[in-house]
Amino acid sequence: ISRPLCATRLAYHLPCNSWNSCFCGSDLETQLAAARKKASDALPGSSWSPFEANPNLPPERADIVIVGGGVVGWSIAYWLKQKERVREGVRVLVVEKDLTYSQASTVLSAGGIRQQFSLPENIHLSLASAHFMRNINEHLGVLNEDPVDLQFNHSGYLFLATEKAAHIMEENYSTQRKAGAEVSLLSPDQLRGKFPWINTDGVALASYGLQNEGWFDPWTLLNAFRRKAISMGAIQCCGEVTDFKYTTKRILTSNGDEMDLRRIKSVKVQLPGSLQYQPVECAIVVNAAGASSARLTEMLGVGYGGDAAGTQLPVEPRKRYVYVVHCPDGPGLDTPFVIDYSGVYFRREGLGGNYIAGTSPEEGEEPDASNLEVDHQFFEDKVWPSLAHRVPAFEKLKVTSAWAGFYDYNTFDQNAIIGTHPLVTNMYFATGFSGHGLQHAPAAGRSVAELILDGNFTTLDLSGLDFRRILAREPMLERNIV
Amino acid sequence: MSAAFMSLRRCCQRSALLAVAKRPWSSSPAPSPPLHTRFLLFLAQRFYDVEMLLSWGHRQKRMAIHRRNAYYGYTKNLYGADIAAAFYVLSLKGGFRYVGQSEWFRADRRGKFNWDFLNHKDTLLEEVNMSHTVINSGGLGNLEGQTSLRTLSLRGCPEVDDWFLAGLHVFQDSLKELDISHCPRITVGGLAALRNLKGLRRLDVSSLPKVSSPGLVVLLLEEMLPQCQIVATGYDHSLGQFGGGEVEGQRENESRRSEEKTPRTVLQLTAASENCRGKMGSYNKDTCIFW
Repeated sequence: ISRPLCATRLAYHLPCNSWNSCFCGSDLETQLAAARKKASDALPGSSWSPFEANPNLPPERADIVIVGGGVVGWSIAYWLKQKERVREGVRVLVVEKDLTYSQASTVLSAGGIRQQFSLPENIHLSLASAHFMRNINEHLGVLNEDPVDLQFNHSGYLFLATEKAAHIMEENYSTQRKAGAEVSLLSPDQLRGKFPWINTDGVALASYGLQNEGWFDPWTLLNAFRRKAISMGAIQCCGEVTDFKYTTKRILTSNGDEMDLRRIKSVKVQLPGSLQYQPVECAIVVNAAGASSARLTEMLGVGYGGDAAGTQLPVEPRKRYVYVVHCPDGPGLDTPFVIDYSGVYFRREGLGGNYIAGTSPEEGEEPDASNLEVDHQFFEDKVWPSLAHRVPAFEKLKVTSAWAGFYDYNTFDQNAIIGTHPLVTNMYFATGFSGHGLQHAPAAGRSVAELILDGNFTTLDLSGLDFRRILAREPMLERNIV
Repeated sequence: MSAAFMSLRRCCQRSALLAVAKRPWSSSPAPSPPLHTRFLLFLAQRFYDVEMLLSWGHRQKRMAIHRRNAYYGYTKNLYGADIAAAFYVLSLKGGFRYVGQSEWFRADRRGKFNWDFLNHKDTLLEEVNMSHTVINSGGLGNLEGQTSLRTLSLRGCPEVDDWFLAGLHVFQDSLKELDISHCPRITVGGLAALRNLKGLRRLDVSSLPKVSSPGLVVLLLEEMLPQCQIVATGYDHSLGQFGGGEVEGQRENESRRSEEKTPRTVLQLTAASENCRGKMGSYNKDTCIFW
């Protein structure tokens, strides 16, 4: 910086602006300029204020607050913005407590999509999501941005069944064909012909998906939904919902019982790592918080008290391990997502002989869900023996990496809960997917948006997945493993 | 949608104002910038309207492709599924050959074709050439009933992607030859779906720009389809560019690849180089299998 030049010019020019380098001019000049600026700021008409407003605060009012910024939450935000008739017709706020998604189920998932369920609702959800992903750039393409590349591997799912479960598999097969899924049944001989690396010991029947099944990159889908929703005007907020303000109305049911009907008036969003919070007045709250959905309903006081009010949201986090193994002599490019009847699954990852494997633990042996630490002994005890039994090439493998993620496990019947709560008038649930959230997210988001904006389901009828089945204790069980 | 019309109307009103009364560019006495700069600044102030117009333009193009690949249900009801499939192929400027016939029915560059194909009712299609057409996975539904389809050529089709390849499983018994070279949207995930085509004897995967490690992918394909001859030219396998890349030099690539590979692949590659120069339609299917 030309210090000598400034010194010579001192006598001839006005003092330099104090925002430029302080090297210009003497100390007295700069102090005078700073004092002048302070004075002009203090006078009315300047934009200076002593209080700094945190720019990360959410707006004070929003029409719909979606709690949870995972793939389900952003899918609902996208569909709400897609279905609004007027630009900025609905103000949608998505609240996510961790923008690095370090513990979110979406990004830790194995990323598979299948139509091989036994419940028609689940089959339709997966099929609709697959059709959505087929034309994903039509739906989620933003002008002048890169097109969405899901890296979808169309390798299909392969379910193996024993003698005893073969009839269930055949019934499921007919349900799936009727719903429009492209699935084929294979006998053990056909199985060996198609996949010579499989040991068909104990397998009586196999079910192989031919189309719309495979796996993809969940992070890409999440970001595609987020980018499109934000481009359409949805607002993202990094914060945690810690409280609700609600009004209670005492009503009398037909039985003569007294119930408390609650209506949420505002949501208290706490900023991360600080005491600042913002109460957001809202009309509708969507609970898409995944594994921590039950905490929200506890804040509402749902789950305490008498009969129907005493039904808590039966969703809890369950930890599941995923192991990355390397096996150079393993099955090749055509490896489907194989799910054994013992519950062990594996799929190919990339082209370098790497595979992803895991299994669901037994009911009584659930690991502790307070952290995401991986138990490597679990692989040696529960996963490897079945893997090596099913695919002899896996006797020689090496575990290169592992991670753990949470299922938002529905302890009642392991299926999604989509719909309103009978005692909280304006809270919509889209949670409890128990490991199928990613593959159902596009279609479930559309259904929830229809429920909110149209009042009822228009494309898919998911009334069977309502909260009422939990109150009536009528489980909708999946007759399929995993 | 009404939001778009409202903003367009506002835009038109404002532009009408500008045409009528030329406002001064700014209050400073500097000369107003030239017309093209003023036009660009005008557009920049109406960002959302411009964005909406451009997205409309893209959507119209996509809708046009969807309409061309629509389901030919009316033709199917009137003439039967095979004539409908034949009509679909010709409407997209492709060509086909019936089972048991030797003449090809093609549409010329302007889309005109001979209507003689109507004379052959209820004859299945044996060979279909849809190279450089806009066929997509929706249009594949028009060809679904063709259980005798032996050859399908999709060279250079811009809309053929992985979902299309997954949908080819309907031809798993009959399809013997598949040419998907130069298709810009195909990736490894779609090539994995070709495992269902158990009758496939010749597969052409040359010059696929989205396949990142072509040498490895071709090896894995050969493992996956042991009875199929894989043709993969147009890739640059030199290590200096981390493999990948596209080069339009066929012969030197093939000779380089043949040095490293096993004898079986050498035979396949030399046979491939000979058959590559053959034309569609003049094949003898029996000589296609090489061991």
